[in-house]
Amino acid sequence: MPTFYNTKVTSRLMLGTAQYPSPAILAEAFRQSGAGIATVSVRREAGGEQAGQDFWALIEDLGVAVLPNTAGCHSVREAITTAQMARDLFETNWIKLEVIGHADTLQPDPFGLVEAAQHLTDDGFEVFPYCTEDLVLCDRLVEAGCKVLMPWGAPIGTGLGLNNVYGLRSLRAHFPDVPLVVDAGLGLPSQAAHAMELGYDAVLVNTAVAKAGDPVAMAQGFARAVEAGALAAQADPMDPRDMAAPSTPVFGKAFL
Amino acid sequence: MSDPFTILGGGVCGLAMATELSSRGAKVTVIDLKDVPGAHACSWWAGGMLAPECEGVSAEPDIVRQGRKAAAWWERHGATIHKQGTLVVALGRDHSDLATFARRAPAAKTLNRDGIGAIEPHLAERFSKALFLPDEAHLNPRETLTTLHERLEQTGVTFQGKAQGQMIDCRGLAARDTLADLRGVKGEMLVVRCRDVTLSRPVRLLHPRFPLYIVPRGDGVFMLGATQIETGDRTRATVRSIMELMNAAYALHPAFAEAELLEIGVDARPAFPDNAPRIRQMGDRIYANGLFRHGFLLAPALARMTADLLLDGTTPEVWYEDHRQR
Repeated sequence: MPTFYNTKVTSRLMLGTAQYPSPAILAEAFRQSGAGIATVSVRREAGGEQAGQDFWALIEDLGVAVLPNTAGCHSVREAITTAQMARDLFETNWIKLEVIGHADTLQPDPFGLVEAAQHLTDDGFEVFPYCTEDLVLCDRLVEAGCKVLMPWGAPIGTGLGLNNVYGLRSLRAHFPDVPLVVDAGLGLPSQAAHAMELGYDAVLVNTAVAKAGDPVAMAQGFARAVEAGALAAQADPMDPRDMAAPSTPVFGKAFL
Repeated sequence: MSDPFTILGGGVCGLAMATELSSRGAKVTVIDLKDVPGAHACSWWAGGMLAPECEGVSAEPDIVRQGRKAAAWWERHGATIHKQGTLVVALGRDHSDLATFARRAPAAKTLNRDGIGAIEPHLAERFSKALFLPDEAHLNPRETLTTLHERLEQTGVTFQGKAQGQMIDCRGLAARDTLADLRGVKGEMLVVRCRDVTLSRPVRLLHPRFPLYIVPRGDGVFMLGATQIETGDRTRATVRSIMELMNAAYALHPAFAEAELLEIGVDARPAFPDNAPRIRQMGDRIYANGLFRHGFLLAPALARMTADLLLDGTTPEVWYEDHRQR
């Protein structure tokens, strides 16, 4: 299992906590999938002493690690303030850093992201940056002190899967020792399995589970796919070839 | 004549409870913070949609089944029910959401532009595809609460008496003082007047980020709702939320940009973790609560089940927990 900032996690599946039909279904999705980390949006629910406390209590009852995020932040300052709020609320240095640069695609703002990541790591945070699969950006984030990278598969909520398999693969090759998590864009378990087969350490899913007709079943589906993909990655898969290679030896025939 | 009942709370839950019990011959007292229904009850801010099929897209089948009986109950008790169905639309790029919705709301009929034009002409120029739920209905929450209150007074239900007999707690979120698993889910809404758009029925705009419903109240008045945020805050409407509602309304029809802003409302819905209502007994008191976003849709069923329990000793088929048995 991967280790994020010296914490060994119990599952390669991380689940977001927004948009479920009810907190009870959310809790059941966690229980049935064994997901080990819950991401929680701080910004939207915050704004007062009592705000959101009931919901956060439900999240804490899940008994999994909480990774607060800065979802919906469009500026460095906003993201930093939200991260500080999250640290107070959840008593964790972990922060999934989102700095949105484009309102329509919710694409990360790479420049703001590096700036905010630097500021937060200097301030003692352990930053999980939501980034694109851009190699140079990821280099800068690592230089800024990030010890985990969370590139997108596709834009948030689209369910398009892994848009740039080449980019994700080269990211894995370039950062063999940095835990990599595909964050955003996954719609189906097979896409999560694919990410794991590429050698990724974990995936984060929210909409695909929360908005499924049966979120609990979908969470289980993702859990199994993630496990399948991780096993495949460990198993040193064969390389594809053009010519058919019979799996059963055929005696009595000449070589083709 | 059965023992008297005292109902705490005069929102949709309490008034429906009083109506159901008194219509079955019980003597009822209602105790509320105010003399008449008003802004202190979160049902005052409700949309008033009786839309079980649409709600079934994200709610349990029991909610759909019980909700289907709501319109008839309200009509029987004097409310004006508009039976115009619900129209569900999405912008072109969100048509996949319409497909998902149609799959999960089997009663939905698909309309093309001509079909939309036949029932909501003002939307036909904007939308080429929609879903129509013909059997759904809506009501005006404020009128309905006021009517119910007046009828109860006329039938001898007292609103000023002292508590006597069995207590039934219908206080909504205020019952958090004893119901530890009850939480608030904030909703923000707008009331606008727009003379340039006519709608005959509630319209839902599917949107991945800012879903919206608009309920026509007549005389050019529309209710726009509603956000759904996990906090028990009942007082602060944020600029972001209101902007999202306004944006969505503008996307539905640009004429809403010129609408007159009449009201910004905010309150928190009482909800249990499964977002379904509960009848619960704790000590001597019965609690009926957790109507979430289904106040007008499910208050009749909750009242009926509570009355069955108290008057006939029938354990309700759903939504009943007795904590003494745990």
